[in-house]
Amino acid sequence: MFTDFFYILRQNKVPVSLVEWMTLMEALAKGHIKNLDEFYFLARAILVKSEAYYDQYDIAFQQYFQGVEAPEEITEQVLDWLKDPLSRLFLSEEEQAKFESMDFDELIKELEKRLEEQTGQHDGGGHWIGRGGTSPFGHSGYHPAGIRIGGQPGGRHAVQIAQERRFKNYRSDLTLDVRQIGMALKKLRQLRRTGLEDELDLEGTIKATAKNAGDLDFIWQRSRKNTVKLLLLMDVGGSMEPFAMLCSQLFSAAHSSTHFKDFQYYYFHNCIYDYLYKDVEREDAISTVHLLHTLEPDYKLLLVGDARMGPWELTERYGAINYYERNEIPGILWLKRIRDHFSHCVWLNPDDPRFWIHATVQMIGKLFPMYSLTLGGLEEAVGKLVVAK
Amino acid sequence: MKKDNFAQFSGSEDYVTSEPIRNAVNVSIALGRPLLIRGEAGTGKTLLAHSIARGLEKKLTIWNVKSTTKAQEGLYVYDTVQRLNDSRFGDKDVGDIKQYIKLGKLGQAFIAPEQVVLLIDEVDKADIEFPNDLLNELDEMSFYIPETNETISAIHRPITVITSNAEKELPDAFLRRCIFHYIEFPTPELMEEIVRVHFPDIKDNLISEALKTFYSLRKVDDFRKKPSTSELLDWIRALIAGGIPHEDIAKQVPFVGTLLKKENDYDFFVRNFATRRW
Ligand SMILES: Nc1ncnc2c1ncn2[C@@H]1O[C@H](COP(=O)(O)OP(=O)(O)OP(=O)(O)O)[C@@H](O)[C@H]1O
Ligand SMILES: [Mg+2]
Repeated sequence: MFTDFFYILRQNKVPVSLVEWMTLMEALAKGHIKNLDEFYFLARAILVKSEAYYDQYDIAFQQYFQGVEAPEEITEQVLDWLKDPLSRLFLSEEEQAKFESMDFDELIKELEKRLEEQTGQHDGGGHWIGRGGTSPFGHSGYHPAGIRIGGQPGGRHAVQIAQERRFKNYRSDLTLDVRQIGMALKKLRQLRRTGLEDELDLEGTIKATAKNAGDLDFIWQRSRKNTVKLLLLMDVGGSMEPFAMLCSQLFSAAHSSTHFKDFQYYYFHNCIYDYLYKDVEREDAISTVHLLHTLEPDYKLLLVGDARMGPWELTERYGAINYYERNEIPGILWLKRIRDHFSHCVWLNPDDPRFWIHATVQMIGKLFPMYSLTLGGLEEAVGKLVVAK
Repeated sequence: MKKDNFAQFSGSEDYVTSEPIRNAVNVSIALGRPLLIRGEAGTGKTLLAHSIARGLEKKLTIWNVKSTTKAQEGLYVYDTVQRLNDSRFGDKDVGDIKQYIKLGKLGQAFIAPEQVVLLIDEVDKADIEFPNDLLNELDEMSFYIPETNETISAIHRPITVITSNAEKELPDAFLRRCIFHYIEFPTPELMEEIVRVHFPDIKDNLISEALKTFYSLRKVDDFRKKPSTSELLDWIRALIAGGIPHEDIAKQVPFVGTLLKKENDYDFFVRNFATRRW
């Protein structure tokens, strides 16, 4: 039954709601979809609301339409659905609202009930499919003069398109790219009223003027500006090498984001001691103490590192991996100092959480809320940064 | 069952469309649902709305959303300050509140005597609340003005196109009501067609060299802003105007400033160009 497609989409974690499903039914019933190729794109446009789910949609589509490749068969299949009275279900707004609030199993029961009631009531489903010339979409290949048709690969069918899985890289659960990181970071922005009082407060003016018996009394307010300041501290080199790409993406995203009032970044290796570095090569140093003096506590601190090191690097005087650093204060105390200075800190760990049982990861995890450097983790981390510590 | 009659968008001369886009546009028109278009900068989101308007010979109403835009402004504003001013110094009848109600873009689209294409450009620029605040109005295609006790209802449901380059900024309830299409960044083949729309007489060598360099620059992750279609078109315009031989394009990347508009990116390019770290 066609509703299986709905189940399969859901199984593949595409968040399809009933409102959208009903919209698809409406489109089918109104005859806007005449073959499987159109169905592929239109169902996607109606059911899927983010390119991040396009790949799961492709998988679901293949699963449901397996083996259906020849256009003739497709027509048959489409015909079959159209005979399905479900597709004729027009719901009133109230009904739709009801469906929306119903749980899924209940809904399926309800639909099946209606299905039984309506069996045998179809009136020539073929009426509005495959009618060639009268289709609102026209024949493929026929384009009225003066119209540009872009490089849409011709001659391939929906299932083949789905098989290509071109949207794999857009999935948010598997990959993370600069754009996605940027989107996640954007949620850090907080609009606050700051600066000079140079914006007319209309409401206030009206109230004040009314109070003033009609004599104009202008009330001004500060305008809203983004006030978020971000500090990014990144572990580079050594065990972080495999994650260099990921970290550079995080960096690019933060760097190119226009959503911060200020963005500063420094590097370290394994742990932070007396100095942080302005460059990946760690040649241009800046004193950690100086940094803590100059950066206000309201900088949101994002630390990135795998937090894996020799325990002595964290707990011992002169424990730094670079012996010449000769740190008088153990790394863990430096980290604690940093944590205590900033009101919002998180640690992003690119390593697989299965390895977080490592001793130093555990210790650092006690100091900073630790999240994995995936889209989900980043979103959680950002969530943590916008609320209080 | 009869097919509804509805406007059919099939493209326009100055815009390269694809089958999926046209279908998405048509189904959104047919079902009367807003069309949400997402895609990287320069993928032609804004231009699509223009193309729909031109293709269907309808007027285009553009609501450019900015970070300070409030949903209310799209409906109407009540110019109380003007009224107050008139009450003190003017000779108008300030009792007639109607004259102080100024319809916003949405309001204008609703009362237009003919169906218009309404472009709500860059919704993601505004506060997260913005789309939520418009949910009802877009759904019911009407709103109420308490000051004048008037309800503005759409005479014709506008064909609504909403663009965004952001992900996940839009509330679910809003998304559920939209038809969605993601425009991918054009492949080199599609880009060639787009370039040819703008430069019909361009030489084959020039276009292929320019595209090669353009796409290799787009691979550099360190840029704050990757060059997009608009920059490419500007660059090609400069290359043509400068009479640059195609052999020099990859070697020298002339006028690179038109491709890399941010100073940092330009500096980065200049610093790393010799060694070609990409
Ligand atoms: N499919 C296309 N056909 C013809 N020209 C195109 C196409 N896509 C993009 N362009 C050209 O690219 C430029 C950018 O297009 P447009 O402004 O519509 O992009 P956009 O997606 O709205 O970008 P932004 O996110 O920056 O607003 C325009 O100059 C337009 O002429
Ligand atoms: Mg635009």
